Amino acid sequence: MTYQLKMRVWRGDDSGGSLQDFAVEVSEGEVVLDAIHRLQATQAGDLAVRWNCKAGKCGSCSAEVNGKPRLMCMTRLSDFDPAETITVTPMRTFPVIRDLVTDVSFNYEKARELPGVELGPRDADGKRRMMQVDVERGQEFRKCIECFLCQNTCHVVRDHEENKPAFAGPRFFLRYAELDMHPLDTHDRRALAQDAAGIGMCNITKCCTEVCPENIKITDNAIIPMKERVADRKFDPLVWLGAKIGIRHKDDEGRTEM
Amino acid sequence: MAATGVDAPGRAAIGARTLRTDRWWLSPLTTFVVFSAFVVYATWRAFADKDYFVEPYLSPFYSPCLGDCVKGSADFGTPFGGFPLSAALIILIFPLGFRMSCYYYRKAYYRAFWLSPPACAVAEPHTKYTGETRLPLILNNLHRWFWYAAVVVALILTWDVLLSFQEADGGHVGLGTLVLLTNVVLIWLYTLSCHSCRHAVGGRLRHFSKHPVRYRMWTWVSRLNTRHSLYAWLSLFSVAIADLYIMLLANGTISEARFF
Ligand code: SF4
Ligand code: SF4
Ligand code: FES
Ligand code: FES
Repeated sequence: MTYQLKMRVWRGDDSGGSLQDFAVEVSEGEVVLDAIHRLQATQAGDLAVRWNCKAGKCGSCSAEVNGKPRLMCMTRLSDFDPAETITVTPMRTFPVIRDLVTDVSFNYEKARELPGVELGPRDADGKRRMMQVDVERGQEFRKCIECFLCQNTCHVVRDHEENKPAFAGPRFFLRYAELDMHPLDTHDRRALAQDAAGIGMCNITKCCTEVCPENIKITDNAIIPMKERVADRKFDPLVWLGAKIGIRHKDDEGRTEM
Repeated sequence: MAATGVDAPGRAAIGARTLRTDRWWLSPLTTFVVFSAFVVYATWRAFADKDYFVEPYLSPFYSPCLGDCVKGSADFGTPFGGFPLSAALIILIFPLGFRMSCYYYRKAYYRAFWLSPPACAVAEPHTKYTGETRLPLILNNLHRWFWYAAVVVALILTWDVLLSFQEADGGHVGLGTLVLLTNVVLIWLYTLSCHSCRHAVGGRLRHFSKHPVRYRMWTWVSRLNTRHSLYAWLSLFSVAIADLYIMLLANGTISEARFF
């Protein structure tokens, strides 16, 4: 069954723009990205949109559908009433390039600020070993497809442009947590997470978790554990006292603070 | 002042605070109304200084009773016997601090009371934002200390439940016993599903493989932790209901339904 879908699509660039109305033929079972493509093919040949896989795996088609940050290729039209007008805009936290395409380089700058893994010496036979439970722990974080919807939704930068230099954002707290839980990594990033990455700016209101298309429990499994690790390092008098008199948590052996 | 946030220069000029069409305001509004009602009730009851004890039940708001307590309600002595105000105020800081610094309640009050943000992708009304980097909110990092205290409080409330099975003339089970029992179960679920508990039992480790027992405990707490917000709500209700029931008994409005 096909029907005419009413759409409002934001068109413009960094000098201005507006929501424009369209009607486009769609069929049941299609997704928002299909409708956008048909619009481009039939009515708005110069409509700019970024996409690659159409399977929710490349993280390119991030946008906002009826005000909610989503992947266009994973947003089914069947979830909306056929009579409803669907509004599609670019992500509202990053500078717009044109139409639905934004400049997400903020995220790549933040990625570069994050020190990579630094593995310790190899075992005597030249290999490195990790036990299965320790490997499994980080798997959830590795599902990230870098769509940056979480970065886009986080009110710390979405609502406060001036916070961008001081705040790495949820996608990178995920990375901090993954590395801090890594048994072979020799960096201790806890102080860095608080100072340079600004994890203290996050007020755990969980919007990153709400929008993650990979259903990563960003707040519960990465940010809060990382905040607790920072608290071990900075806000726990018992740990501080232990360090003063030379008792260190054995689990942290072989780590150097960054 | 230059526009910031979603209207900042360079971003798509959309203008609206949000384009969400669903009822995003419903959840923060509900939280606001229910939490406010609880705060009003709890404040009134904490200052009331009466109707908190009726043999063998002690209201959780007043337990442990350490001040100038009514006869029979002080199970741990009255070290603060000279305290001029309600005995509830002496111990209130512990449950209050625990809940105020709880990761779930933080989310709830930042959204519902401070609108920061009211809902996802809905612009907040504030022009400046520093999160939990400064006083007073940086103190939320002390949550684990309140958690240690909360374990002690939960143990004391458990003791109260055990006492509620007894009366001068022997064993006893009344509706009040069940109310207190339900409350203490929910308090334990809330306390044990805490994120700081999850961290303490095993989350802080880097090698699960070297600590199999703690790893096992961490998996249990993790399972409870996924329902932490539910327990936060249920235990809030149960504590208020337990107090209300005891108040109504103590001031004679109702009389106890006794099973044996
Ligand atoms: S939980 Fe923290 S990082 Fe995630 S969206 Fe909210 S403030 Fe941002
Ligand atoms: S954590 Fe989730 S929302 Fe954030 S970039 Fe990765 S996949 Fe996207
Ligand atoms: S096109 Fe690849 S995630 Fe949507
Ligand atoms: S009690 Fe909620 S996180 Fe600790």
